[in-house]
Amino acid sequence: MTQLALVIDLNVCVGCHACVTSCKEWNTSGPAGFMSDDNPYDADPTGTFFNRVQTYEVGEYPKTETVHFPKSCLHCEDPPCVPVCPTGASYKREEDGIVLVDYDKCIGCKYCSWACPYGAREIDEHQKVMKKCTLCVDRIYDETLPEAERKPACVLACPTSARLFGDVHDPDSVVSMAIKEEAGFQLMPEWGTKPSNHYLPRRKMKIRIHEDELVRADNPLKKEGERPKVEDDGHTLDDVTSW
Amino acid sequence: MNPAFSVIFLTTLIGVGQGLFLALYTGESYAIVNVLPSQSQDFYVWGSVISVAFLIVGLVASIFHLGHPERAWRSAAMWRTSWLSREVIVLPTVIGAITVYGLVHYMGWDLTTFGIKTGVDGDLTLILGLGGVLVTFLLYLCTGMIYACIKFLQEWATPLTVINYTLLGGASGFTFAAVFSAYMAPSLVNFYAGWAIIITLSALVTRVASLMRNAKIRHKSSLKTAIGVRDDRIKQTAMGFMGGSFNTREYFHGMSILFMKSIKWIFLVLVFLVPVILLSFAISQGSTNLLIAAFVSQYIGLIAERWFFFAQANHPQNLYYQTVG
Ligand code: SF4
Ligand code: SF4
Repeated sequence: MTQLALVIDLNVCVGCHACVTSCKEWNTSGPAGFMSDDNPYDADPTGTFFNRVQTYEVGEYPKTETVHFPKSCLHCEDPPCVPVCPTGASYKREEDGIVLVDYDKCIGCKYCSWACPYGAREIDEHQKVMKKCTLCVDRIYDETLPEAERKPACVLACPTSARLFGDVHDPDSVVSMAIKEEAGFQLMPEWGTKPSNHYLPRRKMKIRIHEDELVRADNPLKKEGERPKVEDDGHTLDDVTSW
Repeated sequence: MNPAFSVIFLTTLIGVGQGLFLALYTGESYAIVNVLPSQSQDFYVWGSVISVAFLIVGLVASIFHLGHPERAWRSAAMWRTSWLSREVIVLPTVIGAITVYGLVHYMGWDLTTFGIKTGVDGDLTLILGLGGVLVTFLLYLCTGMIYACIKFLQEWATPLTVINYTLLGGASGFTFAAVFSAYMAPSLVNFYAGWAIIITLSALVTRVASLMRNAKIRHKSSLKTAIGVRDDRIKQTAMGFMGGSFNTREYFHGMSILFMKSIKWIFLVLVFLVPVILLSFAISQGSTNLLIAAFVSQYIGLIAERWFFFAQANHPQNLYYQTVG
């Protein structure tokens, strides 16, 4: 079974919101209709988004760290939002595990949004239906696009490649490898939703310098200074290459 | 959560309607074993009409909650998994059952009409009514479970939610039955008022139990699990936008702590204290006005109670929306 998902590297994300804007741009122009905004350039703007980038501060000054945190639907393997939907408008696709809303069936009762612990669903105030990330289902299978572009818009837009896309059920996929090798984790594991999207943690880049790396082990006289000049008439390879 | 008045009216109104029907049926079955004086068919017919009216007004209120009411019929589809879908099926069933019950009373039919002799008066309505009682309880279950089944809304995820919906609906229905019988069947007033007091007091016990449970609830989710960083000192500096969104409107009531606290005491007084006192006086003095006042107080109190019920639930998604920026 396939389970498409995103893996987001919190160590790399710089919080530029490029994924947010490209997501909005792609999905508001798609066949499913616009994602409505109200007062976009006025006081009290509001609108529908599939993806948000948030920022958190961890720790206490001066030892603080800024974490930029993109959040969209996690396409849970056991999505609590799906069984509660009375109409069947919310469903999880068998073939690739994407959780979708059928806008033609949705009655806008908002019950599914109550049943998502992550706040990943937003009602469209004008179309009156529930909206959420589709993993760009209308582009990842589009054969008129070059193969390299058959990825979600956010993944293509990310300038730091903080977003990976692939099948988390395939152990050899780039996302599975990243999860395995870089300690990928899930959000709010306490609710058993088994999110398919994973996050890679912040990791400190450190080099460890050992004592013997600070002194030259090949300096038996323990005398630092200019190296003796290589003898011009040296005979051995060592004499010529010595540093 | 941010309470929606459509849902508040839906749940409180159908609660009264269901309770009234339960009261009618209780009265009828007591009458059959001659514990209570039997009543005219008119009493049951009008009682059923009023009960159905409450249910229908509740149903209409719920329509205002939907973005696409014209597609509401679709919501019967997923009854295998969704409590909301089950409610959508059971609610019209209850309306149908009470309508049939009232209609059979109106026609004055019993099983002898169909050639079956049981020797019991009103045997047919007794059987049909029993079916009505079952679906009525099923409806309380569905309504309660819509909220109780969302496990991360921890304030709701308890059997007390279903019990409270049942008892509070029952209490208001019996209180209304007391008012109704003051006009249509004065000999039943004390019976209904007495039961209204008993159910109200039982509801007091279970509602206070849920308040106590929720007062010391420990939320499983925290910013730590929300963003997966193992540090207790996390604060949000930006939620990703400067304006509002569905996420900032739907899940928080936006009222002060003081308001929340006052609403709690207001509903405790209006739903429980005032009606119990008024009903007791009404029994001793035989005053219809006191009965009416008891019902009005209880119903207004229930609106406050339901508002509080919704507002008190803490949605974990709020962890992600704390700082404008
Ligand atoms: S993140 Fe929320 S909306 Fe997406 S599948 Fe999981 S529960 Fe459903
Ligand atoms: S808002 Fe739409 S998708 Fe969500 S539960 Fe209601 S009908 Fe289903």
